[in-house]
Amino acid sequence: MRVVENLNHALHEVLAADPRAFLLGEDLLDPYGGAFKATRGLSTRFPAQVVTTPISESAITGVGAGLALCGDTAIVEIMFSDFVTLAFDQIVNFAAKSVSMYGSRVPMRLIVRLPTGGGRGYGPTHSQSLQKHFIGVPGLDVYEMSPLHDNRAVFAEMIAAERPCVFFEDKILYTKRMHEVDDLFTWDLTGGLARVHVDTPPDCVIIAPGGVTHRALAAMRRLLLEQEIVCTLLVPSRLHPLDAAPLVAVAREARSVVVAEESTAGGTWGAEVAHALHRELWGVLRNPVALAHSADSIIPTASHLERAVLLTETTIYDTVLESLK
Amino acid sequence: MTTDLDRLLLIRHFERALLDLFAKGELNGTTHTCLGQEIVPVALAPLLGPRDHVFSNHRGHGHYLARFDDPAGLLAEIMGREGAVCDGVGGSQHILREGYLSTGVQGESLPVAAGAALHLRGSGALACAYIGDGTWGEGAVYEALNLAALWSLPLLVVVEHNGIAQTTPTSLAMAGDIGARCAAFGVRHAALPADDVLEIRDRLAPLIASVRDGAPLVVEFAVNRLGPHSKGDDTRSGVADLRDWYREMVGVPGFADADARARDRVESVVRDVKARPPSTWGQDSADPRLLHGAKP
Repeated sequence: MRVVENLNHALHEVLAADPRAFLLGEDLLDPYGGAFKATRGLSTRFPAQVVTTPISESAITGVGAGLALCGDTAIVEIMFSDFVTLAFDQIVNFAAKSVSMYGSRVPMRLIVRLPTGGGRGYGPTHSQSLQKHFIGVPGLDVYEMSPLHDNRAVFAEMIAAERPCVFFEDKILYTKRMHEVDDLFTWDLTGGLARVHVDTPPDCVIIAPGGVTHRALAAMRRLLLEQEIVCTLLVPSRLHPLDAAPLVAVAREARSVVVAEESTAGGTWGAEVAHALHRELWGVLRNPVALAHSADSIIPTASHLERAVLLTETTIYDTVLESLK
Repeated sequence: MTTDLDRLLLIRHFERALLDLFAKGELNGTTHTCLGQEIVPVALAPLLGPRDHVFSNHRGHGHYLARFDDPAGLLAEIMGREGAVCDGVGGSQHILREGYLSTGVQGESLPVAAGAALHLRGSGALACAYIGDGTWGEGAVYEALNLAALWSLPLLVVVEHNGIAQTTPTSLAMAGDIGARCAAFGVRHAALPADDVLEIRDRLAPLIASVRDGAPLVVEFAVNRLGPHSKGDDTRSGVADLRDWYREMVGVPGFADADARARDRVESVVRDVKARPPSTWGQDSADPRLLHGAKP
């Protein structure tokens, strides 16, 4: 099953389980079924729960927050995560704050879905990975879609938490297959953390969000075959708040740690992860946690220029090698 | 029995007491009083039912006191004392209680109110959002009006047009007018003077009844902001000459007694709340009062 189909199933399950669950966004209706087809079939099956909207990211996120405030479950799709900047106020100043700024906890089942990332030639305003702008917002959970995490379980978790969530979906993943991992490796899932490894203790631990999974696996394959370097990949489903304990437990045994993400340089999620690991493992780690990310640059449109800027398998490969020097 | 005059005077004396407390250095932060605008929420109060959701703004003490006869809870919230509506976390402009919510960012509440109206659509209840003339500078207002018209939402937008946004007169901030902006969306607009509670109710009752059936409405009241934007920051001259319902009612039979009662009540509330210990923030507990349980 492809990731987008798994995501589609998850959305079907949410709407089927609760007639007061709503899905709002632009161009969601069948036969189009959303720009990336994640919502295909939903408006046909749940016409009263799927709401097509004008191009008004701020308002549709606010409407979702209003529904959530009234006890409904609201899933909002922003067609490209780049446009979530238009909804930043509703997410940061309203939804996330409403959970706690009224003194007692207010449950808010609001999920903002954010198709994300580059590699498709969409250019500077349709290719970004803006996760870092949502890290550390009190009351807001940041999740990222992964080919190793069943979206049905992830959505169930986000809804059960009753806190507003942003859910980043790397667009590259939509057409990949779920749970498909290189034969060299085995993988498992504990809590929300996926681990891909071989049976030997790792030289390097790579920590990456779901969208980077395939690039990390490709780098791990080359490192193993070309350099005999053994890596373990850890993919958390929830990026923030981050449960650092299981990462620390694995990182403790390795010679180096690399955090890889597609974000451009500066103020990254990886820096936050590195800080958490440094606090726990200062004096244990042989080297500082290394960061792999995209360049400090806008994301160009032409594919050769885009490749030069974005995080690639080679970026991760080189960063791992450097981290072990 | 609490009369309209009692409510008007309660709000007036509450706001005056706040400015007095500020002047004495007994309040933290800032506050925005609704002096001069009291009539609007008092007139609306009986037109709104317990299942209706009210969204208030930064200048919301009158909205709260017209819906809940709870000056002590509000003052405790503003002063961070025990018995505060929201444990002192939200303060003057962030209050949530039983279908009532205020928040401090201009225009932010309208899309949220539209969401509440979508939740309520078909139930006979409505979402009512108070905004000012200055709020019309925010794009979220237009996104929400568009949705309200498109989706036939039971949304009532109450505009307290006081002619000034902080220190900027409307003439420097608004091209055209609110009525024409509403017309562009096919949203009904009614402009009313804010000087007679009963007349406002007579005019609004049928209009609000149709809001409940899914015809959104913007009601624009011409009001005077008699106080500063926040604490003592008024840059205007001639404020004392602005029309004030309070001044006009002095001499009306029964006014002096009602005025004294309200003043005494507020003074007593101030004494009571000042003597209370600091509020405690119970972060993790969910308060059933906050659940907006009005399921259609």
